[in-house]
Amino acid sequence: MREGLDHWTFVYAAYALGVIGTLALVGWAWLEMRRAEDRRERSRER
Amino acid sequence: MHGFANPARFLRLARWLTPVFLLAGLLLTAAALAWGLTGAPAERLQGESVRILFIHVPAAWLGMGGWTALAIACLIEIVWRHPLAGIAARAVAVPGTFFTALCLATGSLWGRPAWGTWWVWDGRLTSMLVLLFLYFGYIALADAAQKDGGSARVAAIFGLVGAINVPIINRSVVWWNSLHQPPSITAGKSAMAPEFLTGLLVSTLGFSLLFAAVVLMRMRAILADSQAEARLRRRAMEQADA
Repeated sequence: MREGLDHWTFVYAAYALGVIGTLALVGWAWLEMRRAEDRRERSRER
Repeated sequence: MHGFANPARFLRLARWLTPVFLLAGLLLTAAALAWGLTGAPAERLQGESVRILFIHVPAAWLGMGGWTALAIACLIEIVWRHPLAGIAARAVAVPGTFFTALCLATGSLWGRPAWGTWWVWDGRLTSMLVLLFLYFGYIALADAAQKDGGSARVAAIFGLVGAINVPIINRSVVWWNSLHQPPSITAGKSAMAPEFLTGLLVSTLGFSLLFAAVVLMRMRAILADSQAEARLRRRAMEQADA
């Protein structure tokens, strides 16, 4: 017999994980790239 | 292909492609997920939980596709010793790990209302979990090679051997009894209703573009770090000689 679970709770949890996780991954990759490219530029100027 | 093994040529292309992939990926993913939440209809058997499809399936595809790309890069690194191939493999590992973990987490969130359980030790779920551990292993080996002067070939061989798990994941629902449904989309055929299929294709394309953008950004970061490191080392040696 099926439980009377509210499916929307699971849907919102999955979307929150997907959206927040993906944005965090993209943001982290962007910041790491900028940091590394700035470091390379600074090493060129020295 | 050999032409793009030149870091300068690769960087020229990557600087142009990164924002294109990033913006297109964000737009397509946002549109597909908005459609998944508000536009897609509830499914007859699975109810509203079917909306998790628009995140779970692209995440599964990118987890497996990520390791396939990693294995190809490892093969190129071993056979042709392209300077960028090892960097590409390392760059794929982190987004590949993320999407594999996202696939497992969203699958669990989908399994609870659809199957009545968060987890079963069946072929599909277990082989996907093995893929997550393979990613962790590859990252550990590649980091050790980078920081502690270990052999990069060990990580490359591990990446290549780990590829055996990808067809196992793909065929697991055919080979073994599973709560997981069999493939809905096979070569040239789809058992999926068009309103779900279109949204799924857009969402998969959007997430794939974001994956590609992250890989390019990671490659640029690794390349810039190694160039800065080499420059500083060269300068230190010149100063020691003088």
